[in-house]
Amino acid sequence: MNLDSKIPSGPLAEKWTNYKASQKLVNPANKRKLDIIVVGTGLAGASAAASLGAMGFHVDIFCIQDSPRRAHSIAAQGGINAAKNYQNDGDSVERLFRDTIKGGDYRAREANVYRLAEVSGAIIDQCVAQGVPFARDYGGLLDNRSFGGAQVSRTFYAKGQTGQQLLLGAYGALSREIARGTVKLHTRCEMMDLVVVEGRARGIIVRNLVTGDLERYAAHAVVLATGGYGNLYYLSTNAMNSNGSAAWVCHRKGAAFANPCYVQIHPTCIPVHGDYQSKLTLMSESLRNDGRIWVPKKKEDAEAIRAGKLKANDIPEENRDYYLERRYPAFGNLVPRDVASRAAKERCDAGYGVGTGYAVYLDFADAIQRLGKEAVEQRYGNLFQMYQKITDENPYETPMMIYPAIHYTMGGLWVDYELQTTIPGLFAAGEANFSDHGANRLGASALMQGLADGYFVLPYTMQNYLADQIYVGKISATTPEFDAAEEAVRVRLNRLLQIGAQATLNSHLSTLNSVDHFHKALGKIMWEYCGMARNTESLNKAKALVKDLEEEFWKSVFIPGTANEFNPELEKACRLEDYFELAQLVIDDAMHREESCGGHFRTEHQTQDGETLRDDEHFMYVAAWEYQGHGQPETMEKEPLVYEHIKISNRNYK
Amino acid sequence: MNFTLHIWRQECAHAKGHFETYQIDNISPDCSFLEMLDILNDQLITRSTLNSQLSTTLNSQLSTLNSPITHPVCFDNDCREGICGMCGLYINGRPHGNDDGITTCQLHMRKFHDGDDIWIEPWRAKPFPVIRDLVVDRSALDKIIQAGGYISTTTGGVPDANTIPIPKQDADMAMDAASCIGCGACVAACKNASAMLFVGAKVSHLALLPQGKVEAAERAKKMVCKMDELGFGSCTNTYACEAECPKLIKRQNISRLNRQWIEALFGRDGK
Repeated sequence: MNLDSKIPSGPLAEKWTNYKASQKLVNPANKRKLDIIVVGTGLAGASAAASLGAMGFHVDIFCIQDSPRRAHSIAAQGGINAAKNYQNDGDSVERLFRDTIKGGDYRAREANVYRLAEVSGAIIDQCVAQGVPFARDYGGLLDNRSFGGAQVSRTFYAKGQTGQQLLLGAYGALSREIARGTVKLHTRCEMMDLVVVEGRARGIIVRNLVTGDLERYAAHAVVLATGGYGNLYYLSTNAMNSNGSAAWVCHRKGAAFANPCYVQIHPTCIPVHGDYQSKLTLMSESLRNDGRIWVPKKKEDAEAIRAGKLKANDIPEENRDYYLERRYPAFGNLVPRDVASRAAKERCDAGYGVGTGYAVYLDFADAIQRLGKEAVEQRYGNLFQMYQKITDENPYETPMMIYPAIHYTMGGLWVDYELQTTIPGLFAAGEANFSDHGANRLGASALMQGLADGYFVLPYTMQNYLADQIYVGKISATTPEFDAAEEAVRVRLNRLLQIGAQATLNSHLSTLNSVDHFHKALGKIMWEYCGMARNTESLNKAKALVKDLEEEFWKSVFIPGTANEFNPELEKACRLEDYFELAQLVIDDAMHREESCGGHFRTEHQTQDGETLRDDEHFMYVAAWEYQGHGQPETMEKEPLVYEHIKISNRNYK
Repeated sequence: MNFTLHIWRQECAHAKGHFETYQIDNISPDCSFLEMLDILNDQLITRSTLNSQLSTTLNSQLSTLNSPITHPVCFDNDCREGICGMCGLYINGRPHGNDDGITTCQLHMRKFHDGDDIWIEPWRAKPFPVIRDLVVDRSALDKIIQAGGYISTTTGGVPDANTIPIPKQDADMAMDAASCIGCGACVAACKNASAMLFVGAKVSHLALLPQGKVEAAERAKKMVCKMDELGFGSCTNTYACEAECPKLIKRQNISRLNRQWIEALFGRDGK
């Protein structure tokens, strides 16, 4: 496996400029002859396809939903970071870079993160030009708010719907290219396999989700922008159809998977309330600008609240424990997500939780008193409404109840500086790659990274790869490699559909279960034993339980219908099959990383105050895993992280 | 809570559809509407396996397992927090059900009474053909956007974001119009299956901003022509769309669209 990160030489601040100055280009006449496949229409995929199409390449773009605008980027609430320093509060590219590296607990690549900070400003310019209605002040200029892990206000926002507006901007740009004929859109299509020809990514096999037909598409390069694998945990803030399968089939075909154990748990979500529940709803991090997080100071008060004898408003000020402000006076309620999540878990585990016992209060009483109800409504109105619809409680009158939930995956396909995976010609962008967030992502940085990759990185770096592809001519989709890949998908689908029939023959009918039954069970195992806190014992347990569950799945999952029709149960079964393998890898990666960093918290490695304890001497590297076949342990190679520019220190938010 | 569900079942676009009745019991009032359908589907899957235990040969077992009645009910859904626009059911005669300002996934069972009969249908409109059961094809909305629902800018080469100040009021109004999620409830609610609120929201969002003003009239013309071409009906100003919009998009956006349309036909100075 070649883990050459291809970081350009020279001082950090000049690397990207130097790269662009010396990279290879494709002339306009030749661009028309080159085909690119983009999988996924979220911020990264839509912006990449729109930009590449506008440059003149021929692009095919695929999504599983009925429209590109449904991609889960749409649900991002709070905002997008950019080092514009419009607030004159001391922000700069250097500071955004440092905050991101520190926020990621010194487990991200310096050069990638610096480039991200460098292009962040251009993203805002681009979005405004597309008509994204960012919040503005009365002078008509752009407004900002603060997010976790930063001491400046650099987050641009559009009410609590920033992701929606940015995605609609990219969707508009994409729609324009579709109208111009440079991009061809394929909706309700799921990527089932990557086709590799002579060591290069040359196409994909997709299943048309309406008819069930398998279709082939060939191209000179493939971009994977299919998001993260948070739904491995079943209950997460991800959309129901978000999945890790497209990335996973690439991994099976040889693309290295990096840092799978880095999973982000978001501190402010609406708590779990029943076993029929299908997802957890996020309450934006921006709420921590004005909301204060607390639990009762006295255990007996917490018990009384849980028993329904006391209400939040009955607890007097002096008996409230604002534990984030107490533990982290410098950052207070705006500590990074992993820190806030663990602190909530610590209080609840100690018996101070409210609601079901696994919830803490997020209180707006102070803000409402200070700013007035109207101002609070202006800022967070849609979030408050969302909360009220779900819980039937009015957050203007009683504090919200929140608890951490799986939200984002920092791990993903390993990519070099050019966002190319270990398979030449296969690129990965957005949450699907691992590159920029280290062991923890800061709030409002996912939107920044998705758009940076799509608008301003891939359009350059892909040309460097495509420059010599002008000699190979059109790629054919009728080669033996395509035949084999399509046949393998067909065999796989039939095998899944046969499980129920086989069980029927063996009269195991009463034990047959739905796909969701197994997915929920897998999620529970992962959350319990490989979630917010992990240790050798819990990980061993998780590994054994996942293996048993997978065996059970292959014996007794029932998928109704056939492969030749609209069949959502079959789609879910394929994704879950991949999650079983992915779960094993997440556990192995968590097991091997004998340190705590960012979202990865090993209880064996913590300071006396319960903070993460890194081991830079042994673990300052990216763990890149290589697939070895089903059921075989994967092999791991290390990409050392070299910090030339930044001074490494303890991540201190006190 | 217990409910009797009457659900539209239709195997594919060309098949004849019908209502099927299902009984569902012990549903928590905190359960969301789609979670209630999840529970129903889980029961349909396990019940179909139980039924088939009675049959003797493999063939008859498989045909029971795969019969359209026991096949889980297909419905579109994704984010389940009211923003992606993927879900959309016609519930007891109202798009997104009996609550205001929400999508189907945000509807909770506490809004119903124990023992209620609930009628569940797909969006019914000529430009939205049924794919299966409650799933419809809404790609016509994408085609309207492709006709001109954007600002013609390419990546890079744009001015600094603060170069053109935009009055807060305009930015806020643009934001309100831009919050359309493209679910199609406005079309489903309209007796003419008109997409005027959808088109009006996009035209207004962009026309209110200086960046979008340049192409405003042309945009309105192209989008309205595309809407007509795709088989959406005309607007007769009954505003069922506004009443049912899960994002509370206002009918004033239709007025703004009409103004842009007139400008496109006659020119700004009446020339």
